[in-house]
Amino acid sequence: MEKLIEQFSFGLFFWQLLLFIAVLLLLRKFAWKPILDAVEDRESGIKDALAAAENAKKEMQNATADSERLLQEARVEREAMIKEAREMKEKIVADAKDLAQAEADKMIKQAQLAIESEKKAAVADIKNEVATLSLEIAEKVIKGQFSDKAKQMKLVEEMIGDIKLN
Amino acid sequence: MHGFFETDILSDMQKPFYVKVLLVVTLLLGINAFAQEKDHSSSEEKGSLKTEIKEFIGHHLLDSHDFTLFTIDEEKNEHVGFPLPVIIWDDGLKVFSSSKFHHGESVAEVDGNYYALYHGKIVKTDAEGTINYDEDHHATNVKPLDFSITKNVVFIFLVSALMLFLFGRMAKSYKTSALPKGIGRLLEPIVLYIRDDIAIPNIGKKHYKKYMSYLLTVFFFIWIINLLGLTPLGVNVTNNIAVTFALAILTYLITTFTANKNYWKHIFWMPDVPVFMKIVLAPIELLGTFIKPFSLMIRLYANITAGHVVLMSILGMMFIFKNWIGSPLSFGLAFALSLLELLVAALQAYIFTMLSALYFGSAVEEHHDH
Repeated sequence: MEKLIEQFSFGLFFWQLLLFIAVLLLLRKFAWKPILDAVEDRESGIKDALAAAENAKKEMQNATADSERLLQEARVEREAMIKEAREMKEKIVADAKDLAQAEADKMIKQAQLAIESEKKAAVADIKNEVATLSLEIAEKVIKGQFSDKAKQMKLVEEMIGDIKLN
Repeated sequence: MHGFFETDILSDMQKPFYVKVLLVVTLLLGINAFAQEKDHSSSEEKGSLKTEIKEFIGHHLLDSHDFTLFTIDEEKNEHVGFPLPVIIWDDGLKVFSSSKFHHGESVAEVDGNYYALYHGKIVKTDAEGTINYDEDHHATNVKPLDFSITKNVVFIFLVSALMLFLFGRMAKSYKTSALPKGIGRLLEPIVLYIRDDIAIPNIGKKHYKKYMSYLLTVFFFIWIINLLGLTPLGVNVTNNIAVTFALAILTYLITTFTANKNYWKHIFWMPDVPVFMKIVLAPIELLGTFIKPFSLMIRLYANITAGHVVLMSILGMMFIFKNWIGSPLSFGLAFALSLLELLVAALQAYIFTMLSALYFGSAVEEHHDH
């Protein structure tokens, strides 16, 4: 210990302290601060970039999920629409069928009515004709009777035959 | 008296450098040819060689006022190196070149005052370089306040400049790119290690930022200067108690001045213990705050000093064995130890930083229920 104290050189202590503090202050300003700042910037940059990449990945996953969901929805919607369309078509077809049936029925009925009335008219016509013919025949018979009895008879027969034909 | 002083300085200053050349050469070339040449030496010479090596190691551990790489001729006082400025305060600032001491051989005369080197320290003396001793054989000469740019101070300057250059460049490289370039690629993982594995776990995410500058500076400073100590330049700054004291006192001051209420409460009025224990614990805890940085100071100093002493002793053994088994063996040992010292250089920097962070962490620890 005594030797240590004897060895102690105040000059060396003075220079060591002075130079060390000077170097410390200079390095702090011109080296350590820029170096540590640069390293820290780089590290935070790397960290940010990694976080950004992670975020982008997550967003991408979200987007994929979203599109998947949309696609699914669209598919469901399409199915529904097709189903609806089919139903509508069937309904329309059924409606049209019903309507056509009704119309046809109506037309048939009208036709039947028309036929009936025509028939009635025709029968009435025939009746009138028959009456006229009867009258004519009667006239001719009467006229024939007045000329030739045989002929008159023949005529009557013919007339009756004609009527039969009708 | 004069004669004693001269031989004393001689053995302290010059012969060691002579041995040092041998050490460096042996370390670099891995041979002990030179040692073999001296094989005919007598046991008497061997004894003096032992003392020489011991003195050289002792000298290596001390700071010096000149920068000598190696000695060419100790007799002619020829050294390769350069003198360093001496700055002393003795009734006013006195600045002169350390070449005036002629490697401790002569007395420097400045403004009518005489100064000499005694065990690496500048003492005031007379024209003959007289050193006075007390009963315990301590020099009683006046020691002026010495602010000299010694070899260690030169290396502190060098390391400071190197750190400013390296980390300045590293910081600049971030301006153009987010990734480090050049030397930054090597240094960034270490900087991040100190942040993520030393500062944040010990101090906490909330407060660590204000301590980062100190932790980083102290780590790289100790590490680089420890590594320089392993080069053949033969400098070891961190084995000076003054240097480790300066570093430890900074840790102490930062801890003390950034401490929160909770920290002081735990020192002076320990919660959740009986009142009697509170009174007993207060002085112990207070003493603990001084012991913590003190242990930092001693740990760094002792580890580096021990490493250097052991390494140099093993190197010195080569010159004592001087045979084909002992010298390669001690070379191998020295090599292995050098590798270990590389680890120790980093380890001590790590421990100093780690413990500083731990102390800062306790200073800013938030109150939590026990």
